[in-house]
Amino acid sequence: MIKAILIFNNHGKPRLSKFYEHYSEDTEQQIIRETFHLVSKRDENVCNFLEGGMLIGGSDNKLIYRHYATLYFVFCVDSSESELGILDLIQVFVETLDKCFENVCELDLIFHVDKVHHILSEMVMGGMVLETNMNEIITHVDAQNKMEKSEVRAASEARVLSIIILI
Amino acid sequence: MALKIVKGSIDRMFDKNLQDLVRGIRNHKEDEAKYISTCIDEIKQELKQDNIAVKANAVCKLTYLQMLGYDVSWAAFNIVEVMSSSKFTYKVSCSQLQLQSVDAVLITTIINSVSLPLVTQDLSSPNQYDTGVALTGLSCFVTPDLARDLASDIMTLMSHTKPYIRKKAVLIMYKVFLKYPESLRPAFPRLKEKLEDPDPGVQSAAVNVICELARRNPKNYLSLAPLFFKLMTSSTNNWVLIKIIKLFGALTPLEPRLGKKLIEPLTNLIHRALDLLYGMVSKKNLMEIVKKLMLHVDKAEGTTYRDELLTKIIDICSQSNYQYITNFEWYISILVELTRLEGTRHGHLIASQMLDVAIRVKAIRVFAVAQMATLLDNGHLLTGNMQRNGICEVLYAAAWICGEFSEHLEDPMQTLEAMLRPKVATLPGHIQAVYVQNAAKLFATVLRKQEGTTDSLAAQETSQLLIDRLPLFVQSANLEVQERASCILQLVKYIQKLQQKEVEVAEEVTALFAGELNPVAPKAQKKVPVPDGLDLDAWINEPPSESESEDEKPKAIFTKEEPKHTRPRHTEVDEKELARRREARKQEQANNPFYIKTSPSSQKVYQDQPGVEHIPVVQIDLSVPLKVPGMPMSDQYLKLEEERRQKERSERKKKEKKKKREKHGRGRRADSGPESEEDITPAHHVDIVTEEMPEVCWVLLQWPLTDNEKLPVRTHRPAEAVKSPVEAGNGESATPEPKKKKEKKKDKERKVDLSSLTVYLTLFFSHIVYDVQGNLQDGSQVVVSVIFENKTDHFLKSMEFNVLDSLNSKLQRPEGSSPHDGLAVPFQLPPGVSNEARFVFSVQSIVMPQKLKGTLTFIVKTEDASTHEKLDFKLHFTCTSYLITTPCYSDAYAKLLESGELKSSSLKLEGVIMPFHHLLARICFHHHFSVVERIDSCASMYSRSIQGHHVCLLVKTVSTQRVPCLEWMSSILESTR
Repeated sequence: MIKAILIFNNHGKPRLSKFYEHYSEDTEQQIIRETFHLVSKRDENVCNFLEGGMLIGGSDNKLIYRHYATLYFVFCVDSSESELGILDLIQVFVETLDKCFENVCELDLIFHVDKVHHILSEMVMGGMVLETNMNEIITHVDAQNKMEKSEVRAASEARVLSIIILI
Repeated sequence: MALKIVKGSIDRMFDKNLQDLVRGIRNHKEDEAKYISTCIDEIKQELKQDNIAVKANAVCKLTYLQMLGYDVSWAAFNIVEVMSSSKFTYKVSCSQLQLQSVDAVLITTIINSVSLPLVTQDLSSPNQYDTGVALTGLSCFVTPDLARDLASDIMTLMSHTKPYIRKKAVLIMYKVFLKYPESLRPAFPRLKEKLEDPDPGVQSAAVNVICELARRNPKNYLSLAPLFFKLMTSSTNNWVLIKIIKLFGALTPLEPRLGKKLIEPLTNLIHRALDLLYGMVSKKNLMEIVKKLMLHVDKAEGTTYRDELLTKIIDICSQSNYQYITNFEWYISILVELTRLEGTRHGHLIASQMLDVAIRVKAIRVFAVAQMATLLDNGHLLTGNMQRNGICEVLYAAAWICGEFSEHLEDPMQTLEAMLRPKVATLPGHIQAVYVQNAAKLFATVLRKQEGTTDSLAAQETSQLLIDRLPLFVQSANLEVQERASCILQLVKYIQKLQQKEVEVAEEVTALFAGELNPVAPKAQKKVPVPDGLDLDAWINEPPSESESEDEKPKAIFTKEEPKHTRPRHTEVDEKELARRREARKQEQANNPFYIKTSPSSQKVYQDQPGVEHIPVVQIDLSVPLKVPGMPMSDQYLKLEEERRQKERSERKKKEKKKKREKHGRGRRADSGPESEEDITPAHHVDIVTEEMPEVCWVLLQWPLTDNEKLPVRTHRPAEAVKSPVEAGNGESATPEPKKKKEKKKDKERKVDLSSLTVYLTLFFSHIVYDVQGNLQDGSQVVVSVIFENKTDHFLKSMEFNVLDSLNSKLQRPEGSSPHDGLAVPFQLPPGVSNEARFVFSVQSIVMPQKLKGTLTFIVKTEDASTHEKLDFKLHFTCTSYLITTPCYSDAYAKLLESGELKSSSLKLEGVIMPFHHLLARICFHHHFSVVERIDSCASMYSRSIQGHHVCLLVKTVSTQRVPCLEWMSSILESTR
């Protein structure tokens, strides 16, 4: 099971956090901080897996991370997941983001955190991996975006109409 | 009331959305907390409104605030409320929130009272995404009650027609099982069924769930083992494979028989992993990787796997002429450590490596000789009580190295003694032969030392030792040993006689073995130039006359000579014969340590010896660990190497610091960043023999692999080769051809899309040019011909062309394939070759320009590996792609214009500087028009769409400004037919 997925930047600012287990808001923030401290002091050339911090549940848990430019992508998982599998999953996640945002950068994640959540929810559901095929993920994300757009358009047209009529 | 709604709507327009909130927070860096608290107040206000859209927006913002660590549990009720709205958009935002933060009592009441009917309603919605979102949301807040109430609904969804729903339903079942364990038994058969679902996504979801379940209670899932076994051998999804292997890890302790079955597929996987290792070593990580492998070797059970590891270690180390080895002392000690392996079949491989390194790396000889002497000294440990052990092959190398480079020996006398122990007689014959021969070499060295010290008695004793021990070998059953031993025995006896007469013999004995044995490349002979005036084809003697019969042939004295030796050079030799000769020559060279072997043959070195391979390998039963005393551990080199690099690095750092201080304090790029390959200087300067070779035979000894000398500075060639086309590709695609750019600009001005049809896309590995053409036969189809050009140096194969269909345009696929399947390109591409493939698209509307995204997947075959690559591209379908060049006569054209059925529009283009006829040619070529009539700088043109619409075009140049003016008439909008 995946326990949490965290994205933060080089300074430890969270850009996305998704917990699949229940923690209080305070603990969540502490976990993010702790994870950042564990991950950020590691060299670029060392292993991408490490033991999880105390807060998230100690040594039965693993942190698997990748560092891309300004962002750290960290998955906290329990012992049932394979490190390499998760590493691959991170790659799929980032590639998908890259496709959806066209050259994704930190700002995309800042301003469109909701979209990132949507994409993530097509990959991981309730801590379980839902889909690992990028094309499949993108197809569904696109289809839902289209649906949303058409709804929004319809809603705004209706609103404008109602205002005009009423005035 | 109405006014209130209006007010609400207008307010809504000024509400902050998520982007505004984020921007606001970024703008209030100093008083962030204060800003957020005002935002939260606003959100509270928004949640109080009736308008669901406002609420949804508020919830969306709450999600973000929750991530920043703000408590949002107070809004739980509203969240569920929005969740239950009928609009998809609103629901999506809610499913992201983590509702568990709401206390349990509240959530139970809320969900049971408010949302249960709504969630259920969503679960059966006709839209797959509505259901999907409901399931995603549910995964965040399943409670025992909810699980109980929804279990049967979700079970039904597990057999939904859409795989998207199926996989989500399967996954969520796990959550349901956790909260409501009673549901497991009834749901299990269906879950099992999903393991064989036709959709890979559903399959992988089912595997995920079962793996999680099995982790808790593996016993219950033993019955699924055969099914998983089948999946493991058939699935190509890495994720699924990894999961299944993990699962088997949990199952095998319960069912030992499973272990046996798994060996084959798992070793296959391990082999694949080992193959990967081969490609990923560098100078920097080689020691680390080999250390890890050595650990596995120690732990490995079963000789086959261990032998596999052993060959891999040697393969990895020796690849590209020891390119990655920086410290040969380390390598020698690794080889020596490998000799401790019991019952390995690869003794000869280790031996050939030892020989190879000792001969070719001069600097290492002192060390190697010392190591080999210890090996010889402890030879009895290697051979154990039986001579069949494959590892004793290393003694062959050890003896040869000690003999040949005996001047480096610390105590040659001791080694000589070790070589002549009676136990040696139990070794295989070919090894004994080497022992005897090299004992003689050692003898020479010892003599020289002893005579130097004027201790003639000691020298005589040495001779006596040989005379005492050699008869054992003279009696050997092996002819080679016998011959050498008796020869040397007589020699020593003679020497002893001379010694008794107090004649100094050391000089002359040493002369027997004078000169260095240099390695010769297998193809070296070819490099010897034919001296002037020597005609190899000319007959030396008169050619034998035809009438010469067999009896005139010179008779061989001992054995019948093979005819090939006597055949004159010019006679035609058939291929078979040539191959046989080549084989024989190779065999001969392989047995000769002075030949540098072409890599694979090194394994066959002793092939002709009475089959070491065929002898059944028996495990040695030894209670004492096989540790050769006094041997250095390779680990210490690893440490040393690290220290050395550390030192180098710090030195370099110092230098760099002196040079310039980094502008930014945080820039750690130069300091702790990964070292590049070139930075690592080898500890041993490898002294390759080429430089030292005597001048006379320099041609002969042309090292075939001279870049060896450059070993320390060698760069990453294969990586570069891969990289550069990427860079080139990127570069080119970033700056599209000027022509294309211009055309595009023109299109914009014209409003009507008349874009170029041929767009050049220079891409990753290959160069793709495509052209879109209407299909004459079918009004709803266009044919895209794509030219694939392979610009790389590698072979491309298994190309698959796939395009993401849009509503308007679809790639025509063979019947029965799904809309996501790619089409195989019917050819392969050798480097530099281009070929054309055609793809048919069906189109609905032809008045709409289109961009289709697609990918091309292919396999790049390099010499020793092949990688799967993919390439994304876009296909532009412009409106003129749907036109077909059709000639039209001027009278028909005039009629058409008169008919009044055409709509018209016109526009002016500025900045077109090309000559008028070029412009016309271009329009004709790229946009499929034909010229009907041309008068000076005015032309009327005609074309027809694939659906039969007429398109008339008038192109004029307004002479004063030199601006062409286009008049565009078309029937497309009117649909005359």
